[in-house]
Amino acid sequence: MISFNHVNKRYPGGYQALKNISFNIDEGEMVFLTGHSGAGKSTLLKLIAAIERPNSGSVLVNNQNVGVLKERALPYLRRNLGIIFQDHKLLFDRSVYDNVILPLQICGFEHRESAKRVRAALDKVGLLNREKSNPISLSGGEQQRLCIARAIVNRPTILLADEPTGNLDVEYAQEIMTIFKSFHQVGVTLLISTHDTNVLQDKGIRVLSLKLGELQTNPVDAEPS
Amino acid sequence: MMHAFILHFGILRTVLRRIFASPLSGTLNIIVIGIALSLPAGMYVLLQNAQGAVVQLSGSPQISLFLKLGTTTESIEALRKQLNQHTDIDSAEFVSKKNALEQLKQSTGLEDLIGGLEKNPLPDAFVIHPKQGEAQALEALRSELADLSGVEQAQLDSAWAYKLEALLELGRVAVLIIASLLSVALVAITFNTIRLQILTQREEIEVSKLIGATNAFIRRPFLYFGATQGLLGGCAAYLIISISLLLLNIQLKDLAELYASQFSLAHMTWTDSISLLLFSMYLGWLGSWLSVSRHLSNIEPR
Repeated sequence: MISFNHVNKRYPGGYQALKNISFNIDEGEMVFLTGHSGAGKSTLLKLIAAIERPNSGSVLVNNQNVGVLKERALPYLRRNLGIIFQDHKLLFDRSVYDNVILPLQICGFEHRESAKRVRAALDKVGLLNREKSNPISLSGGEQQRLCIARAIVNRPTILLADEPTGNLDVEYAQEIMTIFKSFHQVGVTLLISTHDTNVLQDKGIRVLSLKLGELQTNPVDAEPS
Repeated sequence: MMHAFILHFGILRTVLRRIFASPLSGTLNIIVIGIALSLPAGMYVLLQNAQGAVVQLSGSPQISLFLKLGTTTESIEALRKQLNQHTDIDSAEFVSKKNALEQLKQSTGLEDLIGGLEKNPLPDAFVIHPKQGEAQALEALRSELADLSGVEQAQLDSAWAYKLEALLELGRVAVLIIASLLSVALVAITFNTIRLQILTQREEIEVSKLIGATNAFIRRPFLYFGATQGLLGGCAAYLIISISLLLLNIQLKDLAELYASQFSLAHMTWTDSISLLLFSMYLGWLGSWLSVSRHLSNIEPR
């Protein structure tokens, strides 16, 4: 589903964020991506969504080399991805409901179908009773869940999450991981970046560990900071 | 089809909300556009009215041929034959000095004054309707007729109308220049408004791009914004012109009554009105298109 082949990413100014990264994620797999901040986790996720482009190597998503996609084709790639951003990127000039409906408006969904899907997504993350609120009035955990609702409303096959439990206490983090696992159960491919040791305790889930831009060969005992 | 309609209607509603998000500056923008448009459009309306008046007053061009006093009936007959055979003349009508005096009495209401005259001061005359209407051909015909024997003076009756026409032409060029300049100003106004709009919606644009919005999708509301603002500006211009004409006509009515005339200023025709609205809408669209093309590519998600 997602495959990196000898990917290098250097930012303008010379900073080498990723060095010779190769890995493969199968369809329906759930994978953690870990490492210290600055290890290149966010960069790796950005390469998948073609927010950044690799300097060499290839990034394949659904067998499509996204590193060389034309500007015009990018929107259609991103519609297949659900992205949960580290900084949420919620819009505070509109209600919770209107935040979640945005991806459907972009794809041109019919009104009644959109409403149904938005309510289903909000129900999934437990925010159905807050649909008319402004996101600014939500707690950190609720904002994170709103961000998840917006990422899944389009029913993407791949879900990328950048530090989804970053600033949350254990209880909230656990809640969110439970939501992710339920997506995993229905066959969504998930790549979740985190440095949360509690989360990584979960056995049976593959961990990709980054250190200074390089993939560690033996990830399990590599990096829990 | 229905779906697309709902979609575009939704955008329109959002756009209207954005234009009047700050009611004062939104309204001021529309008024500025309205004033900028009403200047050339208003001048155009006045010119159209003047043009109408000229056509009404001048009618078809005539040449008056005044004969020398004491011309005999025989030489008048000879002249009539000569005129009727002239290739450039459509018809020639003889007005005797007696008839001329009668007409003068009737049309001016100066009966008493004229009745007091000892003898008829008016000459015999021919009123000539030429075939051609161009100013140059008429002038050539006039000087040719002036040289005929027995003719005292040949006068081109609508000469003043031609001069006024030339003056109106000058006015039309002036309107065109002003309209062009103010159109550029209008595009600039929209360009700037849209730039500010893009800045305030930077976050929304960024997020939209991240979740798969095409450039067309992002551009659409801004284009609607510009076109709607332009259209509302056009409506404002129409309103300004309507009110101005109303005020002018109240004054004109008093003035016209003094001259026992019914003259009043007419408003734009339907086609002109719709052209004004479409044109202002187009200018708004153009300004926002330029602005969006210029500024949208600067916003790339990081």
